[in-house]
Amino acid sequence: MATSALEEIRIEDIPVDDVDFSDLEKKFEVESPVNFDNFVVVDGAPVAPESKVPVLTKVLTKLFSQAGSVVDINLPLDEEKKSTKGYLFVEFDSPASARKAIKLLNGKKLDVKHRLFVNSLTDVEKFGTEDFDTEFHEPKFPEFQKTDYLQSWLQDEQGRDQFVLQKGELTGVFWNRNTQQPENAVEPRTNWSNTTVKFSPKGTYLFSFHNQGVASWGGRNFERLRRFFHPQAKALAISPTEKYLVTLSPEPIVVPEDAPEDFPFGPESNGHQLCVWDIATGLSVKTFALPPNQRLHWPMIKWSFDDKYCARLGPNALAVYDAENNFELLGGKIMKIEGIQDFSFAPAGAKLAVNRNGELSSVLAFWTPESNNQSCKATVMEIPTRRVLRTVNLVQVSDVTLHWQNQAEYLCVKVDRHTKSKKTFFSNLEICKLTEKDVPVEKVEMKDLAVRFGWEPKGSRFVTISTTETADDNPAIPKNVVTFFAPEQKEKIKTAVKAEPKKWKAFASVPGKFSNTISWSPAGRFVVVATLVTPDTRKADFDFYDFDFTGEKNDNDSDDVAANLKAVAHPEFYSATDMQWDPSGRFVAVWSSAVKHKLENGYKVFNVAGECVREEMIEAFKNFVWRPRPESLLTNGERKKVRKNLREWSAQFEELDAMQADSAMRELILSRRSMLEGWTQYREDRAALMDEEYNYQVFDQVEQSTADEDYEVVEEIKEEILEEKEEEVASFEEPATSE
Amino acid sequence: MRPILLKGHERSLTQVKFNREGDLIFTCAKDNVASVWYSINGERLGTFEGHQGTIWSIDVDYNTQYAVTGSADFSIKLWKVEDGTNVFTWKTKTPVRRVEFSPSGDRILAVLDGVMGYAGSVTVYELKRDAQTQEVVDVVEQPLFDILTREGFEIAAVAAWSFAGNYIVAGHKDGKVSKYDGRNGDFIDAAELHTQSISDIQFSPDGTYFITSSRDSAARLVDMETLEVLKTYETDCPLNSACITPLKQFVILGGGQDAKDVTTTSSREGKFEARFYHKIFQDEIGRVKGHFGPLNYVAVSPQGTSYASGGEDGFVRLHHFDKSYFDFKYDVEKSAEAQKHMQELESAAA
Repeated sequence: MATSALEEIRIEDIPVDDVDFSDLEKKFEVESPVNFDNFVVVDGAPVAPESKVPVLTKVLTKLFSQAGSVVDINLPLDEEKKSTKGYLFVEFDSPASARKAIKLLNGKKLDVKHRLFVNSLTDVEKFGTEDFDTEFHEPKFPEFQKTDYLQSWLQDEQGRDQFVLQKGELTGVFWNRNTQQPENAVEPRTNWSNTTVKFSPKGTYLFSFHNQGVASWGGRNFERLRRFFHPQAKALAISPTEKYLVTLSPEPIVVPEDAPEDFPFGPESNGHQLCVWDIATGLSVKTFALPPNQRLHWPMIKWSFDDKYCARLGPNALAVYDAENNFELLGGKIMKIEGIQDFSFAPAGAKLAVNRNGELSSVLAFWTPESNNQSCKATVMEIPTRRVLRTVNLVQVSDVTLHWQNQAEYLCVKVDRHTKSKKTFFSNLEICKLTEKDVPVEKVEMKDLAVRFGWEPKGSRFVTISTTETADDNPAIPKNVVTFFAPEQKEKIKTAVKAEPKKWKAFASVPGKFSNTISWSPAGRFVVVATLVTPDTRKADFDFYDFDFTGEKNDNDSDDVAANLKAVAHPEFYSATDMQWDPSGRFVAVWSSAVKHKLENGYKVFNVAGECVREEMIEAFKNFVWRPRPESLLTNGERKKVRKNLREWSAQFEELDAMQADSAMRELILSRRSMLEGWTQYREDRAALMDEEYNYQVFDQVEQSTADEDYEVVEEIKEEILEEKEEEVASFEEPATSE
Repeated sequence: MRPILLKGHERSLTQVKFNREGDLIFTCAKDNVASVWYSINGERLGTFEGHQGTIWSIDVDYNTQYAVTGSADFSIKLWKVEDGTNVFTWKTKTPVRRVEFSPSGDRILAVLDGVMGYAGSVTVYELKRDAQTQEVVDVVEQPLFDILTREGFEIAAVAAWSFAGNYIVAGHKDGKVSKYDGRNGDFIDAAELHTQSISDIQFSPDGTYFITSSRDSAARLVDMETLEVLKTYETDCPLNSACITPLKQFVILGGGQDAKDVTTTSSREGKFEARFYHKIFQDEIGRVKGHFGPLNYVAVSPQGTSYASGGEDGFVRLHHFDKSYFDFKYDVEKSAEAQKHMQELESAAA
């Protein structure tokens, strides 16, 4: 019974708030011992005679007060020389002040002769021991670790592409073999990454997420190359030239007191959450604290096309860093831009009209909303000169998005506007033509609100998805309109070199869609406008369009544009949640990820004509990632040559495809190939023999004489009499009378 | 591929030939009259009349000046193509099975049947031509030489001239092939290629290799120099004729159920089809139906753009090939051509 009585007393029930413990607290309070962390040792101070000590003390006290309040300052005296010894001790009120003093004043020059060295007292202990080596040692470079050739996959004899498939805990890299079972590039691994994996923009590295940070993988067998220690890293981004990696973790970095030598962060990184790494060396090059009270917008650091500059959005400011100069702020300070909402770098070097010798400029664009004394503006700026190339003034704006064409020839500023009553919304497209003089802007007015926008890669055409406003809010009624735009092209312009300014025109539209995604083939020409499964849409659909349809009947509404649109296919995959084009632009992978959708998980691969070349339904299928490729190294001339001989090339590739189809076919083709070779050999042998033995030239085809005398032109005239009629007609005229 | 039907013969066709330009077709049949037709539209240009029996064989010379026919009436007749006049007639001891001009046109070989105590022979006659106009100025009535059937051989069924008239190749009833010097008829070599009678021998355009067809249902591509079999084409019915197509790497085989069995088999089962085989890969590529009796002879125009078949049914079916025929290529051939093209480009660039 006693135990049960005890159990009935619950600690939570005992009231404690009204008990006064202050007397106890006072009684047991412990005087903190002298904290050596509050002291700093200063060396390099002037040696002053005893008489000057008060003055010197005053000067130094004033100097060290910059770091915090100075409790005591002590200049030891040399008894014999009656002068200071050139060093002193300073006591601060807190370790923080002491640390600040070290940071602030270490290496401070008092005058030409005197330079202060500030160290913490504990350092003296550390450096003063016998064990401490006073000799200078060259820092040891870690031995060079040879890696596999990182671009080996580009040397595939058949030029195949790779992709990653993730299913459950398994992650594998595969060779794309068109209609056939993909071939393992490496054995699938379990728990390769905690979540997804990501390729660098040119496909050299594969990144995986782990509790301890991020790891990079590469080479023929996808060996681990580097580890980037950033606990709980949740997001990563790679700069365009694969030089830098940016990671973000919700946990602020904590630098331990006795950090091991290989700890990637210095004490200045304490509390930072954003980290920039050098991918090749695996070293942290810069860390950032998150700007306070801001919506997180990934990527938080954006890069110029050549990785020379990167920039971060701050409150009312844009911070541009010079990556080649140790990530110092460009011009030493941040750019104050009142109300800046969003910015983006051009994805490629801009060929500005003012540039000479094909020089490429880094360009960024940003926009600011309407404020008390200025209108809403979009600005295009060259970096690092900060030269404003163009400002677009906008009115009655509700939102702005920036869309770069992938070669930075055009920037589309999509302006979502409202009427004065703010009841109806519509979009304007302000297209900046960066390659032309003074960056002219062409305006395209739309009647409805564009929600998606997609430039044709390497082209000047684009597709929008807009929403029509209806009174009915029924989500089952499709309200989206897909509209196709292309530059106007009048018949004459084809011959005239100096065309009039480019004007865009909506030349076709498809209403009544749920579409929410525009996905262009990276090679241009083909686009897929899709509805992917999201929380709002339940059924996916796909529309494949060809912008350069070669047939007669196109879907254009007007023909004076540089496009010939045709809806080519509408393949089905109702549960699709994601899609991605392969780097060559010939195939598009569509998949249903178990992370987003519970039913019918798996993937399908379509070709540009919308035919399904491969499909696999896989339980717990998670992810499909194509491995990107770097830009082709072929010059335009070489490319033209390839195009010219396309028939010859494709004949060879078709044979390869046929051979891969199955082994029997392979045998057959090989045997045929040897038969053909044998026959050619036989004919060559015979030709040589006949020439030698009989002086006779062999041939396969009777030469037709083209000499005129061997021909005779025979003209044959066929006359067919359809009807013969004889009629007597009374003369209309009087017989002519002779005069 | 719509055929043009050449209707004019009253009995079974025995041979069909194109002239060198491919614009005229020469045909002969069991009805004593040989015909000449325009290949472009199938219109009949004229006839050669004068034989008293079945004409077994016809040939036309290089310049389409003269035609020669061999008949079962124990004669060979030389005709002027331009007006159809009979220039000369050779009397023979036995029926004539095959006649052919030598490539230069100054000799004619004739295969003489082995009946009535005659051993059978390949006999060569000579013509004298004007060097300028190629007109025949004199005809030697006596044969230049006879190649009598050798011991151990059955009689020759067919014979043909090789390149430049250097050799004569004869196909025998026992399936053997023998080779002779074209200048004097000396025996050179022989090979046993078939198990049954050889029904046709036709040369490649340049006369360096030839195709044999046989009643044993096979056709073989044979090298002239060595009599070595290069390729074999197996079918399921007796073959009467085979030819090698220029332009494309094909051969055309014709045949069908024996003429004597025709009445007891339907045209579908009779396999009265022209069969196209790939010359190098030996695969069957396609068949052309149409005749309702066996095909007695198939011939392809020297340009390779059309072919004609003469049937037991008394019709000649003339086919001009479609685009698909010219486009057809194996992937292997395409890629080989492509590689060759690329090499040429590269060497041109270098």
